[in-house]
Amino acid sequence: MEEKKSCCNCNYGNEADPKYVELDQVIAKFKGMEGALIMILHRAQGIFGYLPEEVQRHVAKELNIPLTDVYGVTTFYSYFSLTPRGKYRIAVCMGTACYVRGAGDIVSAFEKELGIKVGQTTEDKMYTLEVSRCIGACGIAPVMTVNEDVYGSISADRVPGILAKYNAK
Amino acid sequence: MERIKLTIDGTPVEVDPGSTVLDAAKKAGVHVPTLCYHPELRVEGSCRLCVVEVEGMRSLAASCVYPASNGMVVRTNSQTVRRTRKSIVELLLANHPQDCLVCTRHGHCEMQDLSHQLGVRKVRFKGELREMEKDESSVAIVRDPNKCILCGRCLRICEQTQKVSAIGLAYRGSKSVVTTPFNQGLNDGPCVSCGQCIKVCPVAALHERDATEVTWKALNESKIHTVVQVAPAVRTALGEEFGMRPGSLVTEKMVTALRKLGFDRVFDTQFGADLTIIEEGHELLHRLETKENLPLITSCSPGWVKYAEHFFPEMLDNVSTCKSPQQMFGALVKTYYSEKVGIAPENIFHVAIMPCTAKKYEASREEMGRNGLRDVDAVLTTRELAAMIKEAGIDFENLPDSEFDLPLGMSSGAGTIFGVTGGVTEAALRTVYEIKTGKELEEIDFHNVRGFAGVREASIPMNGLTLKVAIANSLGQAEKLLKRVKSGEAEYHFIEIMGCLGGCIGGGGQPFSKDPDIKQKRASALYRQDHLKRVRKAHENPAIKELYRSFLGEPNGQKAHDLLHTHYHARSRY
Repeated sequence: MEEKKSCCNCNYGNEADPKYVELDQVIAKFKGMEGALIMILHRAQGIFGYLPEEVQRHVAKELNIPLTDVYGVTTFYSYFSLTPRGKYRIAVCMGTACYVRGAGDIVSAFEKELGIKVGQTTEDKMYTLEVSRCIGACGIAPVMTVNEDVYGSISADRVPGILAKYNAK
Repeated sequence: MERIKLTIDGTPVEVDPGSTVLDAAKKAGVHVPTLCYHPELRVEGSCRLCVVEVEGMRSLAASCVYPASNGMVVRTNSQTVRRTRKSIVELLLANHPQDCLVCTRHGHCEMQDLSHQLGVRKVRFKGELREMEKDESSVAIVRDPNKCILCGRCLRICEQTQKVSAIGLAYRGSKSVVTTPFNQGLNDGPCVSCGQCIKVCPVAALHERDATEVTWKALNESKIHTVVQVAPAVRTALGEEFGMRPGSLVTEKMVTALRKLGFDRVFDTQFGADLTIIEEGHELLHRLETKENLPLITSCSPGWVKYAEHFFPEMLDNVSTCKSPQQMFGALVKTYYSEKVGIAPENIFHVAIMPCTAKKYEASREEMGRNGLRDVDAVLTTRELAAMIKEAGIDFENLPDSEFDLPLGMSSGAGTIFGVTGGVTEAALRTVYEIKTGKELEEIDFHNVRGFAGVREASIPMNGLTLKVAIANSLGQAEKLLKRVKSGEAEYHFIEIMGCLGGCIGGGGQPFSKDPDIKQKRASALYRQDHLKRVRKAHENPAIKELYRSFLGEPNGQKAHDLLHTHYHARSRY
């Protein structure tokens, strides 16, 4: 790439951007520690809501590691998102236990209700529908989360009710 | 330490501690097929093709990573092992495009070899064929992720040997893909176009960008005057493509072949190399005098130059302003030669044959042309030249000999050894020593700068000054060396850096070879050629003397600077 790539209209490189100030504090805290990259990316996603390209570049640069290392990690884990997400992130567990107890039907129900496919965000930026790997709550399978809220032993007919709760917020 | 004793297919064998079962098998003369394993790279153990049966173990072991231990009984060809290997190849083929007949790697494909060797006659599985876009953003290298079998050799050589990491593994499971960050294309990242990834790719997931089409077109155009230059490392490897013994020196046959292809003039990049020595030698002498920007670092390797721009921008003032031999030559073809023969530069099509993919990139650099014309119009790799010779139906091995055209085909032995790591240093020493001391060298072979060690050093006393030189081959070794220079831990006057292991003979455009000693064989051919040359010092090349007398004037003079020198740009790594 020639010298400085002109990027999107994000605030990359703008030190006054409070998000980047916070990110740099996080980087300073973890830099040099084992597993620093994952911890930083985790916090970065908290700060930005997702992991924009320029944030990943920034992290690579600050940690002095190849961008391929960062991109390899952010694409490997389904937890990390490279695209902006809705206000509410619905994640249906597709781990083995949940899957055999009908997680697929629940995903279909959400797709129908929201008019989007897995991985997409509704036009009003309210909901993002995702599937997750096992979240370790197999006892209450099938299980799903909306942001930090956990719903266990769910069935497809409960989907409209769950959505109504957030629509009302 | 005590040696480990084990049995491979009934043959007792002894190996050093730390050896793997694969090492032991090699020692026992047993061939175990491998795929993700590569002798120059860190072992990964991901493809499982090298599995063997170890007595007492429940499952098969990947021999490339499994440590050999005392008393081990290994079988490499049992029914289970053979079936498993076949299944692995079948699974790989299940989602690999089967367009072998028209594939660029046809005949040089490790998947083809494996399925042939292992007797795979049908593929029982039907996998999903992916349709990903080819990455054609680079002028040198094409990435075709659809052909990729995820062995990871390319990204390991890019990361470990070259310290570039332009490509990496992204996503997971069935969605895994070798790609650039954000799939942005090789051209947008720190890729230096060295082509080492191509060299280790077992299939056609990485290959050079074709320049044969434009070359054929120019050759068929009667109004176009075609001029070709050939790099030293090409003549030591081209024969391999025609079944000749590795290390065969095919210079004269190659010249005949180029004439048969229709080139109007066949010249030698070694002339450009001699010229580089004069310019760079004087640059070194000047810097020794002013003590500025030392160490002087060579600039012949375009992969290294781009690496410096991305990774050591603070050291760009140390890099010689000399263009590489290819580009010096190109500049002369479009000026000096054009004037001499009275053919306008726009009617000259200049082709360079190189062991290198980065040379394609170098020729396309903005600085490398004049008046809207490129100095070098097309760069072909050694492999591409071989393909053209084959396509033309030329019986290469039985060609008669012929000589390069004059004057730009005249070269010294110093120009010859440019093709191997340490060669530029040796060539420079032969000239700089004589200019600096005014005395003739008694021994012109500098054995202490030869060899394949990653970093080599030498001190040469000359007229009260002890000239300290260092040589690094591969970018990873360059990184190591430059870090020591930056920290002040090491001090030199002159550093030679070649982007590829072994120098140009190990370039990314050379024929694919499975010979573990291939670099030594190609190098010894170059040293042989050097010894056969009547003139072995660049400054004694009569054609070079004539060029300065009638055209350039003084070394490092105004005209030389305009035509033969260049500048560099700092680039981001991210």
